[in-house]
Amino acid sequence: MGISDLANPTRFLAFSGRVLPFLWGVSVAGLAAGLYLAFFVAPPDYLQGEMVRVMYIHVPLAWLSMAAYGLMALASLGVLVWRHPLADVAAKAATPIGAAFTLLALVTGSIWGRPTWGAWWVWDARLTSVLILFLLYLGLIALRRAVEDPGRAARAAAVLTLIGTVNLPIIKFSVDWWNSQHQGESIFRAGGPTIYSGMLWPLFIMVIAMTLLFAALLLMAMRNEILRRRVRTLELAAAAG
Amino acid sequence: MESLPHGDFIFAAYCVTVLVIAGVILWVVLDGRWQRRRLAELDAQGIRRRSAGKSS
Repeated sequence: MGISDLANPTRFLAFSGRVLPFLWGVSVAGLAAGLYLAFFVAPPDYLQGEMVRVMYIHVPLAWLSMAAYGLMALASLGVLVWRHPLADVAAKAATPIGAAFTLLALVTGSIWGRPTWGAWWVWDARLTSVLILFLLYLGLIALRRAVEDPGRAARAAAVLTLIGTVNLPIIKFSVDWWNSQHQGESIFRAGGPTIYSGMLWPLFIMVIAMTLLFAALLLMAMRNEILRRRVRTLELAAAAG
Repeated sequence: MESLPHGDFIFAAYCVTVLVIAGVILWVVLDGRWQRRRLAELDAQGIRRRSAGKSS
């Protein structure tokens, strides 16, 4: 089966039904291994002490908050340019999941910040730009609820999503562009990670496992959205007689 | 967690993550069930997709 065959919702349902058990299995095994390494093998940080354990959940959540939005931006191009049948399904399904992951990135960062910085929140460039990302997710959910026609809602959401992509490089480079309270880039940087390998491996495993968890949730939400559209089509047909 | 310095903060971070993700999983599972039940109800009323006979 080629990737273009998945444009057909029925084929997508069959394909995702086969892939989902694998995604769940690898994700749960990866999370178990990652958490074991994070709590029982990785050493405490020389500056943060034991609070570094929060990083093993905060960094994957922060990565996925941006990755989900990036995926929505690609899907939005699919809606506006290629009119791919599943593009809006993917964009709509990813929005609440991305919002939940972004909220968790903010909350876990705040919990980390209280004992480390002495404050739950600072109006720092990184934190503020991630808060704007969360508000963008909420705006997209509200926009879809406000526009009744699904086609118009899809196009409006796609345009807003693409406008919002300007925030992604701001989040990524905020720690370089401004004098930020948030620590500088130590993982995804030119020249390789600067983090100690005993901490990098558990973090890497947690990032992969959380990404697979996100993928599993996204596929399930996309399947639900396809079924929701079928229900709507049938109800409209029934109402029309 | 008492022996771990700042254990309550670490515990809170993981707890809130588990709770929110469990909520998302529950929402996705229940939404799927509801959509499949609604499709089954429509099917029982004889309202089905034209292509339903060719593909599920």
